[in-house]
Amino acid sequence: MPINVLSAGIATTIQDLGRPGYYHLGIPMGGAMDRLALRAANLLVGNDEGAAGLESVFVGPELEFTEDALVAVCGAELPPRIDGETCPTWTALKVKAGQVLSFDFLQSGSRAYIAISGGIDTPPMLGSRSTYAIGALGGIDGRAVQPGDTLPVGPSSHNAAMPGRSVPEALRRGPGNPAELRVLPGLYWHRITEQAQDNFFADEWKVANEADRMGYRFQGGRKLEFVERRQPFGAGADPSNITDACYPYGSVQVPSGTEPIILHRDAVSGGGYFMIGTVISADMDLIGQMQPHTATRFIKVDMKTALEARQQRTRLIEQIRQSLA
Amino acid sequence: MSSRYTFGGDEHIFVEVDEAMSLDAFFVSLSMTNAIREAQIDGVTEICPANASFQVKFDPDRIHPDDLMARLKELEETAETAEPVLDTRIVEIPVYYQDPWTHETLMRFRERHQDPEATDIEYAARINGYDSVAAFIEAHSGAPWFVSMVGFVSGLPFLYQMVDRERQIQVPKYLRPRTDTPKLTVGYGGCFSCVYSVRGAGGYQMFGITPMPIFDPEQTVSYLEDFMVFFKPGDIVKWKPIDRQEYDAAVAQVQAGTYAPRIAKVRFSLNDYNADIDGTNARLLEALHAD
Repeated sequence: MPINVLSAGIATTIQDLGRPGYYHLGIPMGGAMDRLALRAANLLVGNDEGAAGLESVFVGPELEFTEDALVAVCGAELPPRIDGETCPTWTALKVKAGQVLSFDFLQSGSRAYIAISGGIDTPPMLGSRSTYAIGALGGIDGRAVQPGDTLPVGPSSHNAAMPGRSVPEALRRGPGNPAELRVLPGLYWHRITEQAQDNFFADEWKVANEADRMGYRFQGGRKLEFVERRQPFGAGADPSNITDACYPYGSVQVPSGTEPIILHRDAVSGGGYFMIGTVISADMDLIGQMQPHTATRFIKVDMKTALEARQQRTRLIEQIRQSLA
Repeated sequence: MSSRYTFGGDEHIFVEVDEAMSLDAFFVSLSMTNAIREAQIDGVTEICPANASFQVKFDPDRIHPDDLMARLKELEETAETAEPVLDTRIVEIPVYYQDPWTHETLMRFRERHQDPEATDIEYAARINGYDSVAAFIEAHSGAPWFVSMVGFVSGLPFLYQMVDRERQIQVPKYLRPRTDTPKLTVGYGGCFSCVYSVRGAGGYQMFGITPMPIFDPEQTVSYLEDFMVFFKPGDIVKWKPIDRQEYDAAVAQVQAGTYAPRIAKVRFSLNDYNADIDGTNARLLEALHAD
């Protein structure tokens, strides 16, 4: 049951929950930047939560269906239109053979997740259909979706999924304004002065234009001052340089102490810039919904808070499952 | 050396073996990551060795971060007493130094370079005190290298040369990164060589190119049939300078599926190496050319 891509939107890629296990070789886990939104969209159409769907940034694609299907659009507020008629997000929608799914203008958020009953059925690579363009892995020939592509769709599971069901608004999570991202200090935190440590959390930052699947750059806060040291052999001359090391997902590196970069699902696995901490796992999804220029505050937390937030997020997913069960 | 343990959020533990790069620090990182892998700790999902550090990713729903931290510190004591010996392989990688493709690229980005009047390799030779590019190539391709990390992007190896610190080549990265680097460029930044596994942005100085693909997601290259990534940490590499004719011949062989990298199994002892660097390297190269 293929779907014809009439137009591709912006940076529309096939994503599932990713391919963990190869980070030590420089192949990141990838997968949906807002994993909760992809899970919710899949649940709405009766798929496994990890089925592959489409991730679109700001502008959605136009898709022509050749068979009846259920679709759901979660994450960004990017209202879907079926043959021109606007429909709600976070809701299971019936699309008939021959109909065209397109999208209205973006109202909030960044990334919309489009799930189709049966899931997109391109060949998995290293256990995942997620598109990792740098390594030409997954997706269609390792690249973003293009007009003229046909998307293969797997057999629908024909379970209880019903058109019209929706995820209750209380269970939809997005970044606030200003967005708040919780950060556990660590890694090379000791490399900046106490004043710089305070400034980082006190200042208001803004998402820069360089904000993609690899990472999000921020601007607007004060430059971080370094604790003086003689640079170790192999590290390079700049005080922000370290002997090339691994980069955790969500880690906050600050080249030359000026513009923090948070690495996301398609992270480079390592490099020579120091990091001052890591965004907690519970808040990673939010980053995927932040637009350039979004005002952002970093909130300092400890491990206890990070683990509690993680449990809260797990409960939220469980509540979404129950609301659709 | 005293390792520093720190959390990378609620899903990673990051361990810095040493701030500075050395073969000893790399060996601790490699033996620690091997020990952690063998320990098969429930909840550990990824183990990533790096040059003088390493990282462990875990699922905090399965193991508490503090408990894992304690386990890793225990394992460090075990790893410290283990004999620093590694069963690995030595691989010969042909390099066409000063090739036309990296030359074209470096000319395009001259304004981002420390020395716009010279090429990358001329600059590197000069600041490292070599009389000529030829003498520099001899040093770069003479002693072998350890793959001390695989990463950044798809299967890209970082390599550290097996010579004492006085003989280590050091070059800064470009002032501003390039937006383009040919695939399979042999690069250099800090004290590390690398091979760009894919085309893309980069900041390392460009010395040459290898005809030997090291990453192939389609797995059509004969020696990448089993797995798409060629290198792993702990591999030993010897660069072999080649000319245009040899380069073209190797490219044709790769395309025909007949290219077979020269590889030999070797045992490396860090203690033997520290006692006699040149002698150890000579034995490694003998093993490489034994057949």
